[in-house]
Amino acid sequence: MNPQLKWKFVLILLVLLVCIFGVIGLPNAPTSLAQVRNNLGDRIHLGLDLKGGSHLVLQVQLEEAIAQHCDETVDELKNQLRSKNVGVGEIREVDDTHILVRNVESTFTGAFRDIINSQFTDWTMGPAAGETSGYLLTMKPSVIADIRQTTMNQTLETITRRINALGLTEPTIAFTGRSDDEILVQLPGVGDPTAAKEVIRAGGQLQLVRVADGPFVSEPEALAKYGGVLPPGTVLVPGRPESSGPSQPSGTVYYVLDKVPVVTGQDLRNADASPSTDNPGFYEVGFKLSTAAAGRFGTFTEQQAAIGGRMAVVLDRQVYEAATIKSRIEDSGRITGSFSQESAQDLALVLRAGALPASIKYLEERTVGPSLGADSIREGVRASIGSMIVVMIFLVIYYRLSGVNAVVALILNLVILVAFMAYLGAVLTLPGIAGVILTIGMGVDSNVLVFERIREELRNGKVAAPAVETGFDRAFLTIIDTHVTTVVSAIFLFLFGTGPVRGFAVTLVIGLSANLFTSIYVSRAIFDYHLSKMDRQAQLSI
Amino acid sequence: MELFRNVNIDWMGKAKYFVALSLFLLIAGWVSIYRTVVVKHGTLYGIDFRGGTLVYVRFAGPPPIDQLRKGLQQAGLANSTIQGISDTQNVGSKNDVVIGLEQSSSDQSLDAGKQKILDVLHATFGGGASGKPDFNSATPADVASDLTRRDPLLLGTNAGDRYNQLASRLTAARDSDHGGIVTSFDQLRSVEGVTPAVASALSNDYSLSDFAIRDAEIVGPRVGAQLRRQAVLATLYALGGMLVYIALRFEWVYGAAAVIAVFHDVLITLGFFSLFHYEISLTVIAALLTLVGYSMNDTIVIFDRVRENLRLMKRETYPEIVNKSINQTLSRTILTSGLTFLTVVVLWLMGGEVLRAFSFAMVIGVMVGTYSSFGIAAPIVVVWNKYYGGRGTTVRAGSAADKRVVAAARR
Repeated sequence: MNPQLKWKFVLILLVLLVCIFGVIGLPNAPTSLAQVRNNLGDRIHLGLDLKGGSHLVLQVQLEEAIAQHCDETVDELKNQLRSKNVGVGEIREVDDTHILVRNVESTFTGAFRDIINSQFTDWTMGPAAGETSGYLLTMKPSVIADIRQTTMNQTLETITRRINALGLTEPTIAFTGRSDDEILVQLPGVGDPTAAKEVIRAGGQLQLVRVADGPFVSEPEALAKYGGVLPPGTVLVPGRPESSGPSQPSGTVYYVLDKVPVVTGQDLRNADASPSTDNPGFYEVGFKLSTAAAGRFGTFTEQQAAIGGRMAVVLDRQVYEAATIKSRIEDSGRITGSFSQESAQDLALVLRAGALPASIKYLEERTVGPSLGADSIREGVRASIGSMIVVMIFLVIYYRLSGVNAVVALILNLVILVAFMAYLGAVLTLPGIAGVILTIGMGVDSNVLVFERIREELRNGKVAAPAVETGFDRAFLTIIDTHVTTVVSAIFLFLFGTGPVRGFAVTLVIGLSANLFTSIYVSRAIFDYHLSKMDRQAQLSI
Repeated sequence: MELFRNVNIDWMGKAKYFVALSLFLLIAGWVSIYRTVVVKHGTLYGIDFRGGTLVYVRFAGPPPIDQLRKGLQQAGLANSTIQGISDTQNVGSKNDVVIGLEQSSSDQSLDAGKQKILDVLHATFGGGASGKPDFNSATPADVASDLTRRDPLLLGTNAGDRYNQLASRLTAARDSDHGGIVTSFDQLRSVEGVTPAVASALSNDYSLSDFAIRDAEIVGPRVGAQLRRQAVLATLYALGGMLVYIALRFEWVYGAAAVIAVFHDVLITLGFFSLFHYEISLTVIAALLTLVGYSMNDTIVIFDRVRENLRLMKRETYPEIVNKSINQTLSRTILTSGLTFLTVVVLWLMGGEVLRAFSFAMVIGVMVGTYSSFGIAAPIVVVWNKYYGGRGTTVRAGSAADKRVVAAARR
């Protein structure tokens, strides 16, 4: 064998070893067949469609976060103007990103402009249409983009913390990438996502608030008491219907609460579920406050206890409990209600993981049962192996010894493809299996192209060695053209496609690249070796 | 062995028949699409693009469709559809049923429809009765925690991982050996490590339903529209990318002809989808894009040969060169297409229900894609060359790209 050919085989052997190691040699050196199988299962990541599990796409209601920023600005603006004695007629939210300030008194115009320009840099100020002394504040687009970005990141973090606390194996939580307000959650092995969905979606916004008035049996009744307009700085919040214990009137009731809470979920240090002491058979959630919040809460409860004030535990804008404060409370509290053990534990988990910055909505939900996944794998693999064997038998019959060469190249192609998927951590999905089958198809095509060309050259009177050389050279261009075209389309599929389409594109790109190596380089090396062994005038087995 | 040798067929002389055949297939398919969409107000889209709810259920015996329909109607789901799946290869799947529900805008939550369907199933066909959870929908973790609590093997604190492993084996046996449905706990006796105590612990804690949920899909309307747009964009970009590549490597008319040919393939395949009542899903889009790549592959092989022959054959006319090129590559075309066809037919018959629509698209696509290379793409180039090309009967000078390529080939 000439040295150049020897080095070719060394390279091929090296690639083969690296690939085999990549598939079965990691993470632990295999010592038994069972361990080889374990390693294989560990290295080949199966998609949800093959493994079974739940796939959820949820949409974050970003406009809520923007509206909240607007609310906060209005409150802040009112406070600032009041403290600087700037008189204005009315401050009103036009929509989520616009605030209208009407009838700014002419003597205060300068002071008003100063306040806006120095303290409210998130907003641009302009004259309001149809108003003589009114101003329209518009939220800056950069601020809106910023809020969207922060809200998405926070939501992703919160959901990740919550899912991790559920203790599921290998969950995926990521942005979908197809729209900037969507998050993808994949839970392998979870056949019924109902419980997980509740935990993901729970708002988890806990507030401890002073009760100004109530309960009222209906909204109109509450409004009627105040002549249709609630006192400044208060809001009307419904009670939780199920929570109406024996001491509370039945049905949904309404409370007038302070808008600004004393304590929020961010002040929590811990939350735990425990059996209820007052309500046997049910559970409640106890929580502990951080030191800073505990001081604030202590002062508040002491003042309120002196005047017989009341406090409400509000979770996700529902009053869970409203009670008279009897004495100073330092750092702990509890949420009661008719919780089961699971729901109390889930709530404690949600409180520990933190609140979502905006509510979410489910857009897509797919659940693949484990039995379907098992069937798909079995059928997909069976079909692939079956068709491959038929193709290989045909190649050997049709091309004889050269066909064996093609079979070797095909198998090597498959080994490289699987190894690369393992090294890249790519996920094998059903369309991915289809991609593997098409890779085999293209591999067969490459070999057929070369062999047919060699046969043509032989028919034209060439002897074996030059015929092989010309055959490979001529077919080379065609193979490059066909492969590049398919890879180009696969890349577009990967860039613009979703889920299953992407899995298909990944296997196709890896498989075709491997095929270029095997059907040109490896196959040629085997031919060259064979030619170097045989007589120059001998017939080629093709 | 050799099947085709020295064939000499006048392909370009038959071009008008090919065009007629294509027109026939196109019209047949698109009349069917027109009937489905415009006349019957139906849709070709599967759930991915249409939005809605699908629940795949496998029953232990022949599916009691009438009972199921009645239950669904009583739950206010009269507009639901029930469809049986027949899979000749898979014996178990003749008991499979798909329950479909259109997306209704009045639903407050996305999965309201799915929950109702599950409630009907449990109410009608058992499972969850007498307060016990359904073993057929239990996860390995559920079973493991139950066994650990019951401790039927009396392992106490030495249990370690053993109940987890036992639970995995139990659910694996259920899913792989019994197709997801266990109708009696005796069926699990053959599982390694199952003693009578284990079986009785299971039967104390679990009920057994007559069905298993194989798969449930819910797609909201917004996602459907988004996926639709994305699929069309991905296809168009992929076509554009290939057009540019071929135009660079050959000439723009070759690129245009190849793209027209694959577009023709996609249109005909879509027509067949409508004729055979298959739905277009995300995986079908992957199949359509595969056949685009495949058909393109075929076309390029022929064009490559035309390019080469243009340099070698100085006396032949352009149509003669194209004919010769097709004949020279015919053996390869038939072999490759034949083997790919074989592969996708195997996939179609044995690949299971999930790959059915995908492989159907490929079965049609391989046939149409092979044919369009010589039946559509080549004639387009020939016709263009007749009117605008340099070589009717005289020698046509190769482009700069041709010369580079041929030089490389002779290296």
